[in-house]
Amino acid sequence: MLENLSGRLQGVIKTLRGQARLTEDNIADAMREVRMALLEADVALPVVKDFIAQVKERAQGKEVLASLTPGQAVIEVVHQELTKLMGAENVGLNLAAVPPAVILMAGLQGSGKTTTSAKLAKLLKEQKKKVLLVSADIYRPAAIEQLKTLANSLEIDFFDSSNTQKPEDIARDVLVYAKRFFYDVLIFDTAGRLGIDEAMMAEIKALHQQLNPIETLFVVDAMQGQDAINTARAFGETLPLTGIVLTKLDGDSRGGAALSVRHVTGKPIKFIGVSEKVDGLEPFHPERMASRVLGMGDVLSLIEQAQKSVDLEEAKKLADKVKSGKNFDLEDFKAQMVQMRKMGGVGALMDKLPAQMSSGMAGKMNNEDGDKAMRRIEGIINSMTALERRKPEIIKATRKRRIAAGSGVQVQDVNRLLNQFEETQKMMKMFSKGGMGKMMRAMQGKFPGLR
Amino acid sequence: MFDFFKKDKTPSAAEAPEKVAPATWTERLKQGLSRTRSQLGNQLAGLFGGGKIDDDVYEELETILLTSDVGVAATQALLEDIKGRVQRQALSDTSQLKSALKDALMSLLAPLEQPLQTNTKQPYIIMLAGVNGAGKTTTIGKLTHLFQSEGKSVLIAAGDTFRAAAREQLQAWGERNNVHVVASEGGDPAAVIFDAVNSAKAKGIDIVLADTAGRLPTQLNLMEEIRKVQRVIDKAIPGAPHEILLVLDANTGQNAVMQVKAFDDALGVTGLVLSKLDGTAKGGVIAAIAQTRPIPIRFIGVGESIDDLRPFKASEFVEALFE
Repeated sequence: MLENLSGRLQGVIKTLRGQARLTEDNIADAMREVRMALLEADVALPVVKDFIAQVKERAQGKEVLASLTPGQAVIEVVHQELTKLMGAENVGLNLAAVPPAVILMAGLQGSGKTTTSAKLAKLLKEQKKKVLLVSADIYRPAAIEQLKTLANSLEIDFFDSSNTQKPEDIARDVLVYAKRFFYDVLIFDTAGRLGIDEAMMAEIKALHQQLNPIETLFVVDAMQGQDAINTARAFGETLPLTGIVLTKLDGDSRGGAALSVRHVTGKPIKFIGVSEKVDGLEPFHPERMASRVLGMGDVLSLIEQAQKSVDLEEAKKLADKVKSGKNFDLEDFKAQMVQMRKMGGVGALMDKLPAQMSSGMAGKMNNEDGDKAMRRIEGIINSMTALERRKPEIIKATRKRRIAAGSGVQVQDVNRLLNQFEETQKMMKMFSKGGMGKMMRAMQGKFPGLR
Repeated sequence: MFDFFKKDKTPSAAEAPEKVAPATWTERLKQGLSRTRSQLGNQLAGLFGGGKIDDDVYEELETILLTSDVGVAATQALLEDIKGRVQRQALSDTSQLKSALKDALMSLLAPLEQPLQTNTKQPYIIMLAGVNGAGKTTTIGKLTHLFQSEGKSVLIAAGDTFRAAAREQLQAWGERNNVHVVASEGGDPAAVIFDAVNSAKAKGIDIVLADTAGRLPTQLNLMEEIRKVQRVIDKAIPGAPHEILLVLDANTGQNAVMQVKAFDDALGVTGLVLSKLDGTAKGGVIAAIAQTRPIPIRFIGVGESIDDLRPFKASEFVEALFE
């Protein structure tokens, strides 16, 4: 995500880092690059202009010129300004209302309101809230059906509405229902509408008055272009928005719309949608995002993700085995892979690592290939019997042939896996006996550049 | 996305599209593009009001093009082109700049104007692809109407087996238009479309519209899936699908170029549909696409009612931008 913006900015940063002295000229050059990078990332032109002006002013200020490493200082300025542009810190949902706390979803057609509603409901349900979903999209065929299906699969209560009802009637009924059954949160999905469609904008305004939501979330497609600024303005003028949800950030869009929308409405980006799956909604952390844009990596999110998806018990057991160097068998090898996959696979990991690290690794393997290889290894192990997994040394030619046939690979692949496993096992034994130093010595011959 | 259905709520409106004397295509396009025009046009009117052509004018022009999503590279190319024209034709007044800009845009967009010919094969298989929320299903609705009004029989294959209620959405549409929708509970999109194609062969249907689930080009497994769909259709009828339409949201910025590249690399896209041009979006990204991957633009969606899908005409598109 955002990698093009990051890539460009990293280029700028690289050249700046090399500069011993900053002159007006090389700052201007760098800023031109930044301007292009931001424009190509679909950040709206007025926003870009403001941004450049801010950075330029600060880059020529005392703090940078007095710094020993001016290049570094400029990067710091860009980072800070970028963070400022995206909002100072993460702002969570405000649900401090007399229950039910109403969340109203608004946005253009196809921006992802319905999917986001369901994801949000799941997130809140995990926080032990009693959530009710309802849709007032009476225009698009099967829109209500879509939310209902999603609600059912997530086991979240759904208030049945039909497209013969008027949105205001749905709103009235659902409010009564939510109060009677003591729901904590009511998520109200609406139809997509254009900012210039006066009738539809009037409708959502009326809905807002009727529902008196504590949160009014504006859902924006991260792929939106320069027009994001106009759309955001139109919605911001009609509705008192309280936050923004940025969707489809898992594509290769550069997410410039985020910066524009935030700039125009002045409202915080509260969540980002990063996957088609129902748990693909993450809180938005401006500081981390700015780091990610600049290629400094988002290690904090990575750690959080690891904590969320890794089974602690299992990890501990594995760590013990690694420490003792005994009993590390193919079953554990597989468990390691599964843990890795749970964290979103190699691709998701690489995305969050600092650029220097991930670009180094990217040379050796491509994300997709990495994931594929991991799945293949899992497949091969799955084709083994329990005994084989515990004692890989018993796997000889016949067994290899059977395993290869069972997992749909060549015998060579099975061999490769066994070799790989043996290496890992050896490494671990060494680790437990002689500690780090011995292992490094053993690796000398294998990795060029290691001495 | 489907707001145009609200006009179908009243029973009489169901057959309205046939009864209402259709405004001429140019007028409709103008209506649809009115926002685009008021955005771009007003700025341009100020710019072309007369006066000397200097660097300020070029910079102003650059700003306008950039804010219309034309993109950095295409904007620079257009500016070069215009500067060349100004020099060659010895233009000196900004009012003459207008025709220079028009010409530059025309030479970029004219090659993309290639209407879709559906008479060559029977059944003619059209597959639609695009990112999530681009407007694929709406476009299918509008296309069905368009082909029916040309007197052709249409069959829809509900190939979006992933998104909740996508099938119901198409079925609701099919009922309204009296078109058979081939669908199955869950399952494999390729299988659904394969069935639809075979059924069309048996029934002598003219056109099959195959819907697919929205996917982002970064989801490589899903891109692989859609290639499989294409291969399976080719098995049902060799050479099919005859047309692979990529639906692009006019609101999309420079990412649209990436989308075109990714889908074209995976599928070999033969035509584009630009949807949602009735918003404030300017669709300037067409210019960027024309420059990097000149794929014909078959249709543009300029409004919410069923007959607001029109063949792309470069001259009218450019003309409408400037009036």
